[in-house]
Amino acid sequence: MINIRRYPLAIIGFIIIASILLLALIAPLIAPYDPNAINVKAILLSPNNSHFMGTDGLGRDVFSRMLYGSRISLMVGFVAVGIATVIGIILGAIAGFYRGWIDTLIMRLVDVMLSIPTFFLILAVIAFLTPSIWNIMIVIGLTSWMGVTRLVRAEFLSLRHREFVLAAQALGAKDMRLIFTHLLPNSLTPIIVSSILGIASAVLVESGLSFLGLGVQAPQASWGNILTDGKEYIQFAWWLSLFPGLAILITVLGYNLLGDGLRDAYNPRSSKN
Amino acid sequence: MLAYLLKRFLWMIPLLIGISLISFFIMHLAPGDITTSEASFNPKASEESRQKLRALYNLDKPVIVQYSLWVKRMATLDFGTSFASHQRPVFWQTKDKDGNITLGMIQEALPITLLINVLSLILIIIVALPLGVISALKQNQLADRSITLFVFIGFAIPGFWLALMLMYWTGVQHTWLPISGLESMGHENMSWLNQTCDTLKHLLLPVSISGLTGLAGISLFVRNGMLDVLHQDYITTARSKGLNETRVIYGHALRNALLPLITIFGLSIPGLIGGSVIAESIFAIPGMGKLFYDAVLMRDFPVIMGILTIGALLTMIGNLIADVAYAWADPRVRRGVIK
Repeated sequence: MINIRRYPLAIIGFIIIASILLLALIAPLIAPYDPNAINVKAILLSPNNSHFMGTDGLGRDVFSRMLYGSRISLMVGFVAVGIATVIGIILGAIAGFYRGWIDTLIMRLVDVMLSIPTFFLILAVIAFLTPSIWNIMIVIGLTSWMGVTRLVRAEFLSLRHREFVLAAQALGAKDMRLIFTHLLPNSLTPIIVSSILGIASAVLVESGLSFLGLGVQAPQASWGNILTDGKEYIQFAWWLSLFPGLAILITVLGYNLLGDGLRDAYNPRSSKN
Repeated sequence: MLAYLLKRFLWMIPLLIGISLISFFIMHLAPGDITTSEASFNPKASEESRQKLRALYNLDKPVIVQYSLWVKRMATLDFGTSFASHQRPVFWQTKDKDGNITLGMIQEALPITLLINVLSLILIIIVALPLGVISALKQNQLADRSITLFVFIGFAIPGFWLALMLMYWTGVQHTWLPISGLESMGHENMSWLNQTCDTLKHLLLPVSISGLTGLAGISLFVRNGMLDVLHQDYITTARSKGLNETRVIYGHALRNALLPLITIFGLSIPGLIGGSVIAESIFAIPGMGKLFYDAVLMRDFPVIMGILTIGALLTMIGNLIADVAYAWADPRVRRGVIK
């Protein structure tokens, strides 16, 4: 078993992500106010005892909105990367297992997708659909499966002719059995690592889109659209910009530390020591 | 080399076909056709503008005809005229019968975005190279640890948030730097030197922001590349034949560690172009990113499709240049020894 204590950064990352997960789960219990409750008597209050992170331009409590915003971030990250990973595993497995023309076709598709600037692609799709949290998750998922595909294909190529796979095949295992019980479980670690790193970039993309007003729509709170308000009031209300930005930074940092640490733990050769 | 170039060029054909298919697919993504979906969330869309869309993309014709017409548009780079901006041509200038020239929207915006991206690439090279080399040479010492921390934060920091904070600090609190646009008031009346200074001042923040987000990755890349190379046999050979450490590191190690960087720069082009949307819309810079963002908000479909295609073509050209440069720099690639 791996001695996890040798990877302090991974532990820090894990603790960060676990705490955010916990906060998101218990948000309704600890949020002091309704995140969407407008209060005209409390507009743009700086952080104080009753409003721990101040209030926004409509008098809504920023701390409560931040808590509910964390749910959006987590959900977008998990669902988008879930979609990307499933597509990536299927296409990568087909390409790496069957080779031949289907492999060429899939890999060319990957090249094409990589040559269109992703953010343009996402924005263009959103222009043709309506911006909503579901569309955002699907679009981010559909535009970020290329890395996983390449990864799974490479793993399959290197495992395909190992003895244990050949032995299973000689014993009469069908393709599906080879793929799902022999090849895939042995490729799981790099897939998990790349998914965790993928969540980090999905969180960044979602917050960017929401910041531009093309992501999660008001009144639903997301860290990105709290920052949009922050931009509006940047001259008088620093708290509106500071807290959501820090939250995004810490979350993304957490995923990156965890993903990087896991990679080092399972693949000591890539470790820098 | 010639054979390699030819192969590399031919390889762009399937890529182009793929790009045309994907952009065509996006146009037809909306339920029904884009004319009805536009109407569904834009009640003001008149019957006339719907007819215009229908005519532009030939939506009443069979799919295969629509596709071939779209390919023809792509091949001639004719993306029609904008819906939102008084019928301006999307890509390149046109001349009307009186000889008045109307500049194309992309034609005006593209040089600005290219300038910002080239400047931020230069910034990345100037800062990331030394950081990566120092980090590798002082492996696991304080310098390396602080640079690694910087890299992790650089990966995690949302560019638009950093932009907001810097804008507040340098533009609002201290008024050191202008925070929007490319030119101050009275720019036309300045001498060319002052004009250049003025534009550079306006570019400083956007270029730093778009450079900073790329910095982290490149310096990590240089570090790991250096570490790999430093353990190679030819470095041991160079040391054992008595070369001094400077020659070993800068003459032998760095040159080889930098080779893959060419590819990385090629690969970072779509990210830089895409990232310009946020930076340019925050700083109100009239480049491709801002143009695209405005087009998305107004659902100006001809502009959206034009920029999407031009962005993809630029990425392809960037990758082509990177590959050719790599083949030029590394004889193993052009002779097909390694891929």
